Amino acid sequence: MIPANFEYHRPGSVDEAVSLLTEHGEDGRVLAGGHSLIPMMKLRLAEPAHLIDLNGVEGLRSIAEVEGAIHIGAMTTQAEIIASDDLAARCPILREAAELIADPQVRACGTIGGNVANGDPGNDMPAVMMALDASFVLRGPGGERSLAAREFYEGPFETARDDDEILTALRIPARGAGQGQAYCKLKRKVGDYAIAAAAVVLTMDGGTCSQAAVALTNLGITPLYAEAASAALTGTAVDAAAIEAAVEAAVAITDPAADLHGPVVYRRRMAGVMTRRAIETARARATGG
Amino acid sequence: MAKTEIKLTVNGEEVAGTVEPRTLLIHFLREQLNLTGAHIGCETSHCGACTVDLNGKSVKSCTVFAVQADGGELLTVEGLAQGGELHPLQAAFAEDHGLQCGFCTPGMLIRAQRLLRENPDPSEAEIRWGISGNLCRCTGYQNIVKAIRNAAQVMRQKEAAE
Ligand SMILES: Cc1cc2nc3c(=O)[nH]c(=O)nc-3n(C[C@H](O)[C@H](O)[C@H](O)COP(=O)(O)OP(=O)(O)OC[C@H]3O[C@@H](n4cnc5c(N)ncnc54)[C@H](O)[C@@H]3O)c2cc1C
Ligand code: FES
Ligand code: FES
Repeated sequence: MIPANFEYHRPGSVDEAVSLLTEHGEDGRVLAGGHSLIPMMKLRLAEPAHLIDLNGVEGLRSIAEVEGAIHIGAMTTQAEIIASDDLAARCPILREAAELIADPQVRACGTIGGNVANGDPGNDMPAVMMALDASFVLRGPGGERSLAAREFYEGPFETARDDDEILTALRIPARGAGQGQAYCKLKRKVGDYAIAAAAVVLTMDGGTCSQAAVALTNLGITPLYAEAASAALTGTAVDAAAIEAAVEAAVAITDPAADLHGPVVYRRRMAGVMTRRAIETARARATGG
Repeated sequence: MAKTEIKLTVNGEEVAGTVEPRTLLIHFLREQLNLTGAHIGCETSHCGACTVDLNGKSVKSCTVFAVQADGGELLTVEGLAQGGELHPLQAAFAEDHGLQCGFCTPGMLIRAQRLLRENPDPSEAEIRWGISGNLCRCTGYQNIVKAIRNAAQVMRQKEAAE
């Protein structure tokens, strides 16, 4: 299990990293926490000729509030996400989801940027970012642009990020009054990817749901934003009938593969169970229950 | 591919070596430094037998390149005992039967020392959560958890006495 050889680069700034990436084009690959990329390199599923390590780049490891929104630097680790009480108060779903990712050693290295840039439908943060309506800040040779998480995922390991762009930060809109969040993930043991998982962010305003977003992990070839399920909750009291309709709409867009944990029918059924639990939990949290 | 010179501190001593960029930290430790305490269990980032402490974090050394440790500070199981005296964790593992075959032990010990630095008085649940990245095929974990609790107590008493 030894990776193919490569040339190692350790830039000190984002500009330097972008120019290395531009220079090496398709042969270049960014290294963040390495806990998806290095396993793939060991299996020779990835053989980048140039590895551009972002661990020496200044300014990518931060958690800050900018005009009410939360900005998280791409190189912030999952352990740092969990450790931040401020972040857990502002946006509790981040700690909730990060605690369900892998184990302490993996979280000490693995970054939130790598988790969303990777493009593996099994990664947990993409669905969370879709539910939060977060956006991703990308820097390339032509400058900076921002893309909605909901528009980012195109296929397995395929995203809207260009080869010469670096993800520098994630931007999460401020949590308004009455917003509840929940991430429910079914897995057999620590270190497992989701059999099924659902992220729900909804806002209750005097007994009525004024905004809702449902997104799913590992239930298709990309993370899934469940638009119809979200619409089925909006404008309702999130009562039994509305939840039923949302669960049905969420399950309808799932298309998981059978795996070690069970057949397709099981994983789709569990998608429904996780969606229901996440909606009920988010609603209870929204109303202070 | 050009080899790279790296320098780092391992168990308090300056060491240098020449590695290919693709050399994994575990291979550098075991094959170049002859530090065979950290084990290779799964090679797939799951088992934690290769855990070492790099710059104050527990990492799986099968999933870090040696070049990434350049300039860093590394602690392996070989660096736990001081002045011929076992570290309280090592003593507790021996006392409480925290090992059987011993394969997972170096990783468990090095992970547990970081856990206790971060949380000197962990509950049983916190210990289980803290070592959840280290697999043991023998013990059923009961005695590992017990040993870590007992070592934590000894270390707190030592700290208070100083
Ligand atoms: C045992 C184990 C269990 C795991 N379980 C889970 C789990 O349950 N859920 C989960 O979500 N993940 C899981 N993971 C994966 C882990 O969370 C990874 O850390 C994560 O997927 C990738 O983040 P990274 O920082 O390690 O990125 P890397 O592995 O360094 O990079 C991943 C990919 O993203 C690209 N990339 C990274 N950062 C950037 C950037 N800033 N800009 C542009 N491109 C970038 C890289 O080029 C690479 O293609 C597990 C991993 C292991 C080893
Ligand atoms: S050998 Fe590194 S985690 Fe198993
Ligand atoms: S003592 Fe044998 S694997 Fe843990």
